[in-house]
Amino acid sequence: MALVLNEEQQMLKESAQGFLAEFAPLAELRAQRDAGSETGYADSLWGQMVDMGWAAILVPEAYGGLEFGHVGMGQIVEQTGRTLTASPLFATAVLGVTAIKGAGTEEQKTELLGAIAGGEITTALAVDENAHHAPAQISMTAVKQGQGYSLNGAKRFVVDGGTADKLIVAARTSGEAGDIKGISLFVVDATAAGIEVERVAATDGRNYANISFNQVEVAEAALLGEEGQGFKALSATLDAGNIYLSAEMLGMAQESFERTLQYLKERKQFGVLIGSFQALQHRAADWWSQIELCKSVVLKALQAMDESHKRVPALASIAKAKLAEVAELSTNEAIQMHGGIGMTDEYDIGFFIKRARPAQTLFGDNSYHTDRFAQLSGY
Amino acid sequence: MSDLNAFRHETRDWLEANCPPSMRESTQGGEEMCWGGRNFEFASEEQKQWMERMGAKGWTAPDWPAEYGGGGLDKAEHKILKEEMARINARPPLSSFGIWMIGPALLKFGSEALKQQHLPPIIRGEIRWCQGYSEPGAGSDLAGLQAKGEDMGDHFIANGQKVWTSYGDKADWMFCLLRTDPDAKKQMGISLVLFDMETPGVTPKPIKLISGSSPFCETFLDDVRVEKDQVVGDINHGWTIAKYLLTHEREMIGGMGMADVGSETMGQIAARALGVDQGRMNNPLLRAEVAKWEIDGACFALTAERVTDEVKSGHGVGATSAMLKYYGTELNKRRFETLLKVNGSDAMVWEGEASNQGWLPRTWLRTKGNSIEGGTSEVQLNVIAKNILGLG
Repeated sequence: MALVLNEEQQMLKESAQGFLAEFAPLAELRAQRDAGSETGYADSLWGQMVDMGWAAILVPEAYGGLEFGHVGMGQIVEQTGRTLTASPLFATAVLGVTAIKGAGTEEQKTELLGAIAGGEITTALAVDENAHHAPAQISMTAVKQGQGYSLNGAKRFVVDGGTADKLIVAARTSGEAGDIKGISLFVVDATAAGIEVERVAATDGRNYANISFNQVEVAEAALLGEEGQGFKALSATLDAGNIYLSAEMLGMAQESFERTLQYLKERKQFGVLIGSFQALQHRAADWWSQIELCKSVVLKALQAMDESHKRVPALASIAKAKLAEVAELSTNEAIQMHGGIGMTDEYDIGFFIKRARPAQTLFGDNSYHTDRFAQLSGY
Repeated sequence: MSDLNAFRHETRDWLEANCPPSMRESTQGGEEMCWGGRNFEFASEEQKQWMERMGAKGWTAPDWPAEYGGGGLDKAEHKILKEEMARINARPPLSSFGIWMIGPALLKFGSEALKQQHLPPIIRGEIRWCQGYSEPGAGSDLAGLQAKGEDMGDHFIANGQKVWTSYGDKADWMFCLLRTDPDAKKQMGISLVLFDMETPGVTPKPIKLISGSSPFCETFLDDVRVEKDQVVGDINHGWTIAKYLLTHEREMIGGMGMADVGSETMGQIAARALGVDQGRMNNPLLRAEVAKWEIDGACFALTAERVTDEVKSGHGVGATSAMLKYYGTELNKRRFETLLKVNGSDAMVWEGEASNQGWLPRTWLRTKGNSIEGGTSEVQLNVIAKNILGLG
């Protein structure tokens, strides 16, 4: 497949641009933060996104979705990186849909995917248990009890964990931490008895939570996929998550670059525009080149998911490693080239670095994915 | 579609019948490349046969017009030829600055007479070309060149010194930039001229490089007669063509960033050299260095692919050649630094099996020139900053 957008994908990108500029610009993030919002977005935003069809893009037509594909969805998520727009789009329409589509029974898909597409429920994916991404290290347990399971353990830094209606939880039905086998996925009501949610306020002002599970009783029907075989679907969901985080970071990298480039053309020192200094020109040119590389790998990874290509895991790690590196470079250079004003809260450029680091870290940072790429390559 | 299918079958049959067995074996790096020309020493009779057969068919320049001896293939046919050659691992029949550089410039800017004169022998591999651009005082600042062509009516008399002439001692003809109007502004007053290296007054002298090899010459021009009908394009307007050729050269050099080192990936080479224990390469820091290179290499290869696809779909941004040149050459330098570390002291010996008879150290040293020739990395960054980013 050619590495270019087709007409429909291009149109979706432009419509996302227009929508976000009107309803969720960067100023909205600032307003939400100043108002002490616990989600980082206005209550009305998700309903509008659902009306645009965004919740249904990855849902198959058979379950009431649009089945528009990953390249299209990637364009929207990239644009949300430019505006730093928080919403349930990632945790629900990407992670929730991918996990349920990949592992769910016919009944689960019919019920849950339809409800997601219609904006009736939101989801959150609860995987990691400590500060570093390590999906095989899961030690939370799910013990068979009567006709169901009893869940015990704690999850950290769950995206949308404080607001989601359904939690998709990775727990161990056998084996021990480090084993790939024995991990099972469950869909649990967030209101179930024994669940305690503690909101975590992070640098990006978004909605994270630490969640503990104490003797949480769930029915057998809560099991997503086969018992003990959840790692495959979990991995595929994490690959998708990492590719979409890469798309979001691509948006952030481009936006912080373009804002900085504009500043280089406005700011005068020593009587001239600072963009006339070769020391800054070369750094800007290298930075721009790095972003060009990022555009290619993100598009390729999105296309690979649409084709269910066998290289999706490797491409997910390549994309995440590269985008984490360039998001870090971009947000650091943005502040440095803005100089003192870049350090002020009043100026918007500082919002990018505070969103970039959680996005880099979530589901594995640059070092995690460089290591994973090496393993996938046989060394 | 059935036409293309028929073309594929014909091509496959023809290649089967005409590509000699030894021309289907891999070579390492630049060994045994076929450059053609009057004085070329072929590595084997089969190498000569392969060049001549492909040349006669026009497939050394598959997409050039058939009227000049080219293959006359359209894009789809050209792609099929490449695929069918790759299928049997056929070597390129001819490596040629004629095909890569001056030929495309002649097709775009040359007179009909120049095309008729020069393109057929280029295609057949009979004439080998070299480039006379840089001078001792005009490197990055190429437009500051001083070699002059004095107007003598129907011809010029050329005097000056060119440097970094690739294979100047082995080439048959030179395409050369001369200052033909000393009073015009810098970029004006430059002409692109062609002359035979056997013309009296042309003296190429090899330059020995840090690698011990001498792929370049300095070329002295003393009262060299250049006919006016050998000027490409208009007299005093050669700079436009020179820039066009530089873009070509950048793309060519940038593309080397992804050239294969034999048939193994960097990861495979490193795993073999350093050993793997419980699925992980010994030496965690080198393992990370190798993986990071492969990640950047993959991103770069995808970018080259995307740029090509964008041009095909009409969304091309021509100035990206500066980026590909900059990043590709820096990537190639990084690759050889990492290969050096991966192979340890074996990589630093001039002879013996361990360094593949010195191939690794010589190639490593050669890569240092990649980010200098065809416009330094710093010049490419200037081009990006000015032409793409609009920073003045």
